[in-house]
Amino acid sequence: MLNTYTYPEFEYQQSREQEQGVIKRHPVVIIGAGPIGLTAALECAAQGIPTVVLDDNNTVSIGSRAVCYAKRPLEVWDRLGVAAPMVEKGVSWKVGKVFFKEKLAYEFDLLPEEGHKMPAMINLQQYYLEEYMVAKCASEENVDLRWKHKLLNITQHDDHASLVIETPDGVFTMEAGWIIACDGANSDTRKMVDGEFSGQFFQDRFLIADVVMKSDFPTERWFWFDPVFHKNQSALLHKQSDDVWRIDFQLGWDADPEEAKKPENVIPLLKQMLGDDAEFELEWVSVYQFACRRMDKFRYGRVLFAGDAAHQVSPFGARGANTGVQDIDNLGWKLKLVLDGKAGLELLDTYSEERVFAADDNLLNSTRSTDFITPKSKSSRFFRDAVLRLAEKHEFARPLVNSGRLSMPTPYVQSSLNTDDGTEFAGCMKPGSNCADSPIVKDGKDGWFLNQIGGEFEVLVFGDAPATNTVSFNGINAKVTVVGRDLEDKEGLLTERFDGQQGAVYLLRPDQHVAARWREFDADAIQAAIAKATCQH
Amino acid sequence: MSLNLKANIKNPDDFYQKLIDAQRDLSEDEIQLMNAKLILVLANHIGEAGVLDQALEVASEQ
Ligand SMILES: Cc1cc2nc3c(=O)[nH]c(=O)nc-3n(C[C@H](O)[C@H](O)[C@H](O)COP(=O)(O)OP(=O)(O)OC[C@H]3O[C@@H](n4cnc5c(N)ncnc54)[C@H](O)[C@@H]3O)c2cc1C
Repeated sequence: MLNTYTYPEFEYQQSREQEQGVIKRHPVVIIGAGPIGLTAALECAAQGIPTVVLDDNNTVSIGSRAVCYAKRPLEVWDRLGVAAPMVEKGVSWKVGKVFFKEKLAYEFDLLPEEGHKMPAMINLQQYYLEEYMVAKCASEENVDLRWKHKLLNITQHDDHASLVIETPDGVFTMEAGWIIACDGANSDTRKMVDGEFSGQFFQDRFLIADVVMKSDFPTERWFWFDPVFHKNQSALLHKQSDDVWRIDFQLGWDADPEEAKKPENVIPLLKQMLGDDAEFELEWVSVYQFACRRMDKFRYGRVLFAGDAAHQVSPFGARGANTGVQDIDNLGWKLKLVLDGKAGLELLDTYSEERVFAADDNLLNSTRSTDFITPKSKSSRFFRDAVLRLAEKHEFARPLVNSGRLSMPTPYVQSSLNTDDGTEFAGCMKPGSNCADSPIVKDGKDGWFLNQIGGEFEVLVFGDAPATNTVSFNGINAKVTVVGRDLEDKEGLLTERFDGQQGAVYLLRPDQHVAARWREFDADAIQAAIAKATCQH
Repeated sequence: MSLNLKANIKNPDDFYQKLIDAQRDLSEDEIQLMNAKLILVLANHIGEAGVLDQALEVASEQ
């Protein structure tokens, strides 16, 4: 098969500890250098936590995997200083078309709201994403990325865990204060702690092909229900960078995966879709069965699970990597406070609480899309087809069409870390929500709000500047930022999005989520809210 | 608002006949598709989640 991409081979190096045969205790060991493990390494580096990252392989993600990354994970990667190359290399798209049989049933525009630094969505092959993060890790002193290190076993103790690791030089033992398990859907770590992982496997198979094609197809997402070129199934066409196109074909449950992916079967199918004269080459073909599952909880003693290891969703709506990155966004600062002795272990249980809640939201969305795309009964098939038929002519049916919903962050509305609003606020910045971005001016230069915050607690003030510049609780400092004094809200968008016209005071978490808000500055109330947001009551 | 379960159709026989007539010449599959469309059109007209929930409940009674 043709390759537009050359997989890098990262160098294996024997570690000093293995060479010298000493057992070393590391504060944090990350298992797996996929998108989530790499994000975890960069998050820890940003928090000043040294990490060792172990991966049993020595290259980036092989084959056809994630394509679409949504705004929130891009914002997290931007906070970690690695979003720029992704956005530059990625393909931005806004328009999606949905076809039913031979007709256009419905067309949508993501219509991204103006005044956000990051686009609503980009498409980029997963190997590029990982490559950029590996390069960023290499520039971080605190990240020790070790290839060809396979985790074989874990023993948990009260205050640490020991890990048995295999490398080309044999087997050795190391210790970790904490383990972040990011070793994917088939997580070995999960099996080692007897983690519960349950849910639903869909009785369907999908052929996923990446093809290289110079074509005039617009940069749009095209989705077909029951197309003439692939009767009774669905198909998807999506552009990635380097003229690589992602094509999904639903195959049905009876398809033989080995037969289906043979070029002599794939090429005629593609020709029917793309037209006889389309010139294309196969880059990669695989067959997947999708599942929606999660662990019962994401913390097992000293092991914290994130990404596919913790939860697996079907790719409809592009949620896997997107949600995994937000796991790390949630975990990093909590782990830092616990390591620094500024918060207790309960804070790490709220990682599980908040991210299980988000995982359920993602699973619900993925399951709903899957049910629409692959109806499970004859009558649900009739409802699906009825929606698509009606959507051609009638606006009301269009919102019912579900070919995958855009991945949006799940606000932690019920989180035990939130302080309830004492008064009415307009807009979307409820406690538990991630902060909306906005253009601002800082030191005379144009910038973005989200680039001013994150990594630490923060107090954001709209209105009169308080006398103090920091509010502290138990060694946790929240810097006060006053809009109009420390940064300028030139277009008024920030004030509008935070309902700050009448004055408002927000306590923001290090992961750029709202913890509490008031109409007046009250240092005691802020301290109490910091205590609540860090599980110290 | 709650689901109206009182008689609300002025000429019940007329309506019933129209319903049957509309499907007289259709195949079983076409009927199913039409029924699905009809449910969706009416559900959208009602719109209110509470009323739709009650309707689902009434229709599910054995
Ligand atoms: C067809 C398809 C399309 C998708 N599309 C999207 C999309 O558009 N958007 C999106 O967000 N997501 C998408 N996903 C999901 C996305 O690919 C995954 O969610 C993502 O890769 C999960 O990252 P991870 O780091 O948790 O796990 P992985 O990427 O699976 O990484 C796990 C790493 O752990 C290593 N490892 C495993 N076991 C061990 C061990 N014992 N010791 C050491 N290392 C180990 C592995 O080598 C690997 O590098 C898609 C997936 C598929 C299959």
